Amino acid sequence: MQGWLRADGRKGIRNTVVVAYLVECAHFVASEIVAGFRGRDVQLIGFPGCFPNDYAARMMERLCTHPNVGAVLFVSLGCESFDKVRVSAAVRTSGRPVRTLVIQKSGGTRATVRAGQDWVEAALTEVATVPRVRMAVSDLVIGTVCGGSDGTSGISGNPAAGRAFDLLVAEGAACIFEETGELIGCEEIMASRAITAELGQILRESVQKAERYYATLGYGSFAAGNAAGGLSTIEEKSLGAYVKSGGSPISGLIKPGDQPPGGGLYLMDVVPDGDVRFGFPNISDTAEIVEMIASGAQLTLFVTGRGSVVGSAISPVIKICANPDTYRALAEDMDVNAGDIIEGRRSIDEVGREIRDLVLAVAGGQETASETLGHREFILTYKSFEPIGPACLPGAA
Amino acid sequence: MTGPFLHLHPDDNVLVARANVPEGTDIALESGLVRLAQSIAMAHKIARLPIAAGDTVRKYGMPIGIATADIAPGAHVHVHNIRSGYTPSVVLQDADGRAG
Repeated sequence: MQGWLRADGRKGIRNTVVVAYLVECAHFVASEIVAGFRGRDVQLIGFPGCFPNDYAARMMERLCTHPNVGAVLFVSLGCESFDKVRVSAAVRTSGRPVRTLVIQKSGGTRATVRAGQDWVEAALTEVATVPRVRMAVSDLVIGTVCGGSDGTSGISGNPAAGRAFDLLVAEGAACIFEETGELIGCEEIMASRAITAELGQILRESVQKAERYYATLGYGSFAAGNAAGGLSTIEEKSLGAYVKSGGSPISGLIKPGDQPPGGGLYLMDVVPDGDVRFGFPNISDTAEIVEMIASGAQLTLFVTGRGSVVGSAISPVIKICANPDTYRALAEDMDVNAGDIIEGRRSIDEVGREIRDLVLAVAGGQETASETLGHREFILTYKSFEPIGPACLPGAA
Repeated sequence: MTGPFLHLHPDDNVLVARANVPEGTDIALESGLVRLAQSIAMAHKIARLPIAAGDTVRKYGMPIGIATADIAPGAHVHVHNIRSGYTPSVVLQDADGRAG
């Protein structure tokens, strides 16, 4: 495996030029810039809001200095509240080519699109010179999410992803699982896996926070399709989701944007701190994937039962289909058929090994199904978090 | 394994369908042979034992909800007869668990 070496020592498995709009008003112009590069590694991300938000600012900075990113073009309308000077300074400090175009000062739509495309063309040439170096499994940060879960997810796809996580953690990778709102009912068994009792209590409290948050909103993290697929309650869904963490000890709790300090298994607490504001913690699967990437994930495992077709900007998504009927219906969108476990053709261990091998192949450059199909989904919305304390990462001290 | 149904944990009072199971299929349970009154879609659950209203429903050996009605062995166990111990589940008309 080889990766693109960045100035901070991290290694990327892709070398993408990102075009980021800093308010919805600049979205169209940014997407027109990207549209000129179909088939080349130029990707669109952005933040729609005009009001400032510390979380969004931090996420944007982390995403634009992600190891898979080689260069960044910011597209601003000009009057939005996003601190474009600060975010572009952070990207410049990271050693990457960066440019900010302000539509109000650039002559409008056509002139900004032209200037943007000229800059991206030059940036593509420049990022092609970034050195590639040997990369080990211990250089990888891997996230896992599940979406469109059904009653097969907890029996086939999630346990197989968990087995892959066990193999990858043993080889030194940092693996992150998440969605504390989908761990409701699992807090005690999860706390017993923490490397310190204090961390165990923090894990327990993170799930209790999620429970309170969702209770205030009136809905659990449970979609109608989950029930159609045989899941009856949030705790049934949670138990199925929990097994994708595998069996390794839990080394820490991080929040979106925090980097795992080393190899091991980490829980990401995705539920905002403080009073309920800005709505649901993660409004869709893509919001979860983006938070994994902001914490450094070079790729993400996505387990689905009902079926999903999404990929992601910045980091490839490996889709693991838990349900054999769904796999047959959406085969071109899937990377792994864990439905074989349901139908008795392969064991959880065999599929877990396939996932682990595929992680290394994708890290080495192989395209995932969603990459080949051109999926580059992205979403970033408002949230608020308190920083984590030292007890959240007991091994890092 | 009980025919087309999985028995995931010894403590469970439900079984999980590993394929779409047709109405009228005979299933061997501890209480005897039960004929399915409706088709059961893949990954949906049936009662393995008699479950009384108020009983804890167990899958993976863990509580997944509380029965809101008496459930006979072989009957579909889902949102119509169990509830969350945490937050209510959102359901649409397609959650009846009938296969196809």
